[in-house]
Amino acid sequence: MKKHLTLVSAAVLCAASSLSAEEVRVYNWSDYIDESLLEKFETETGIKLIYDVFDSNEVLETKLLAGGSGYDVVVPSATFLQRQIAAGAFQKLDVGQLPNHGNLWNVIQERTDQYDPSGAYSVNYMWGTTGIGYNIGKVTEVLGEDAPLDSWDLVFDPANMEKLAECGVHFLDAPTEMIPAALNYIGEDPDSHDPEVIAKAEAVYDAVRPYIQKFHSSEYINALANGDICVAVGWSGDVFLAQFRAAEAENGHEIDYSIPSQGAQMWFDQMAIPTDAPNPEAAHKFINFILNAQNAAAATNYVWYASGNLAAQEFIDQEILEYPAVYPDAATLEKLFITTPYPAKVQRVATRLWTKIKSGT
Amino acid sequence: MKLRRLTLIGIPYFWLLALFLIPFGIVLKISLSDIALAIPPYTPTLDISGGWQAVRDFLSELDFENFEFLTTDDLYWKAYLSSLKIAAISTLLALLLGFPMAYGMAKAREDWRPTLMMLVILPFWTSFLIRVYAWVGILSTEGYLNQFLMGIGIIGDPLVILNTSTAVYIGIVYTYLPFMILPIYATLERLDESLIEAAEDLGCSRISAFWLVTVPLSKYGVIAGCFLVFIPVIGEFVIPALLGGSKTLMIGKVLWEEFFSNRDWPVASAVAIILLLVLIFPIVLFQRNEQKQREAEQ
Repeated sequence: MKKHLTLVSAAVLCAASSLSAEEVRVYNWSDYIDESLLEKFETETGIKLIYDVFDSNEVLETKLLAGGSGYDVVVPSATFLQRQIAAGAFQKLDVGQLPNHGNLWNVIQERTDQYDPSGAYSVNYMWGTTGIGYNIGKVTEVLGEDAPLDSWDLVFDPANMEKLAECGVHFLDAPTEMIPAALNYIGEDPDSHDPEVIAKAEAVYDAVRPYIQKFHSSEYINALANGDICVAVGWSGDVFLAQFRAAEAENGHEIDYSIPSQGAQMWFDQMAIPTDAPNPEAAHKFINFILNAQNAAAATNYVWYASGNLAAQEFIDQEILEYPAVYPDAATLEKLFITTPYPAKVQRVATRLWTKIKSGT
Repeated sequence: MKLRRLTLIGIPYFWLLALFLIPFGIVLKISLSDIALAIPPYTPTLDISGGWQAVRDFLSELDFENFEFLTTDDLYWKAYLSSLKIAAISTLLALLLGFPMAYGMAKAREDWRPTLMMLVILPFWTSFLIRVYAWVGILSTEGYLNQFLMGIGIIGDPLVILNTSTAVYIGIVYTYLPFMILPIYATLERLDESLIEAAEDLGCSRISAFWLVTVPLSKYGVIAGCFLVFIPVIGEFVIPALLGGSKTLMIGKVLWEEFFSNRDWPVASAVAIILLLVLIFPIVLFQRNEQKQREAEQ
C-alpha cells in the first residue's frame, strides 16, 4: 500500500497490446483495484482492457437498464445486483470457463447467495462495511479523549454532532445504506421494508441534520485526507484510502475507521456479465484472472477491502488480515447486518424521505 | 431555384425535427408510461412488428398518471420555484457584472478589443467541469481563499462558503458570465457614437445620455444575454451538485434522483416535460410581445 496511489480516479486505461483486436470492457468502482493488475491482465491474455470507473450503484444501474452499456464486466453491489438479475440485465456465468472459481470463500458465498442463489450470475470481488471514518487528532480535540469513536453515538447523538460540526462531518449520499444505519441505531430492523418503520429514520437525522456539512459518496475521501472534515460516515476501504493519502501528503492528519459496536451494514460487490456484453468469453477470462489467488490478494493489499477469495488469504498482508476493521473478528461479524433491495414503491418512499432529510423539503 | 429555396428552408426545420421534436416525442411517450423492472425500465414499449393492433394496445396503455403524481408532492413545485429564483438572481448578478465589462470593452481602444475579447473567451479552453472543480479548491474551508484572507489577517476563522447557496451563485455567475458579456458587447460595439454626441449636444449630461441612449439601444443584447444565462441555469445540475450543499434545491437534482435513485424514468420524464413548458410559454409570450412592439415601431 506504500505504492503510489494515483489521484486521478476517472482514468481510462488502455495500455499496450495493440496487436490483438480483442477487447474487454470493465466498469468498476473508482479507486478499487491495483492498476498494475490491469497491465498484467493484458500481458497474460493479450486482450486489450478498457477500464472505466463509477462512484454510485445508481449510475451503473441506469446504464444497465438503458441497455447497450457496452461493458463486458460490471461490479454492482449485491442488493442492486439482485434487482438487476430480475430485470434480465445479466447472463449466467459459465463456471467451466472459470477454473479459479473454487477459490471463493464459502463464508461470503453463503451471504451473497441470498441475493444471487448459488452464485449463478456473479462472483464476489470484495466486501466491506459502512462505518465511521474519523480524524483522530481533530475529534479528540473537540470531544476529548473519551470520544465514542466506536459507536454510532458519535454521529447520531446531537450533543456530539453539535461539537463535531466545527470541524466538519460528511454523510454518504446513499439512502439504502444510511436509512438502515439509522434504523439499526434506534433498535429497529435495518432491513425493514415497511414504510412506517422507514419513516422513523427521519427523526434520527432531523436531530443531527444542522450539523452535517454534506451528503456525498466520494468527496469525503479527499476531505478527510486534507483535514477539511473530521468525521465521515463512509465505506471502510475508502476511509483507508483517505488514511494513506493523508500519510502520503505528510500533512499530520491521522485517519482511522471503526465498525460501530451497535453493528453496521455489510455489503458485497459482485462481478457479473451483462446480457448484452459484446465479448462474454473475454469477460470470463477477466473474472477468472481476478479470481486467481495472487491477483485477488494483490487487489486487497492495494485497496484494503476484504476479499471474497479464501485462497487469496495466503498472499494477503498479515497486517490486513489481522486488522478487525477490514477482516472483522467473529464477534463483530455477528453484529453486521445485510439488507435486501426495496421494491419500487418502497424505494420511492425511501428516496423521498432522504430528499426531505437532506433538503428539509 | 425552387429546390434551392426548399433546401434552405428545409435544413433548419430538419434540425428542429431531429434534435428537438423527435427527442421531445420520445420523452413525452416515456412520461405517459409506467415504471417496470425491465430493460428499458418502463412499460409499454412499442413493437411495430405487431401491426396496427399492437400500436392501438400500446396507445391505450398510456396515461397521465405521472403528471397527476407530480401534483401530490410539493417537492416538485418547490424545486421549480427554487430553480427559477436561483436562475433569476444569477441572471441579475451576471447582468450587473457583465454590462460594465461589455461597456468597458466596447469603449476600449480599438486595437485592444480583440485581446479583451480573447480574455473573455479564454476560460472556455479549459473543461467546464475542471473549472467548477477548481472552485472547490478555492472555496473550501482550507482552500486558497480562506488561506489568503486568514494570511492577511482580515478574518480569524475560515469562512464557510463551499456547500452553501453562495458557492452555487459564485459558480453559476462565473460560468455563465461570458454568455452575458458577448451579446451585450456585440450591440454596444456597433452603437453609433454620433447618437450620444447628439444627445450631449442637445443638453443631456453624460449619465442621462447613457440611460436615454446607450441602454435602450443595447436592449437586444441584454435580452439575448439574459436568455442565454437564465435558460440553462434553470436546469443546471453540475454546479449545485459540486458546489452546493444538500439544502440547495434545484429541479436538475430532483430529475437526477427520479432517474437514478428511483429508477422511475416515467416520472423523471414528466418532470422534464413540465420544466420545458414552464420555460417555453413565458419565452414565446415575450417574443410575441417584442415582435408586436417592433412592428408598431416600424
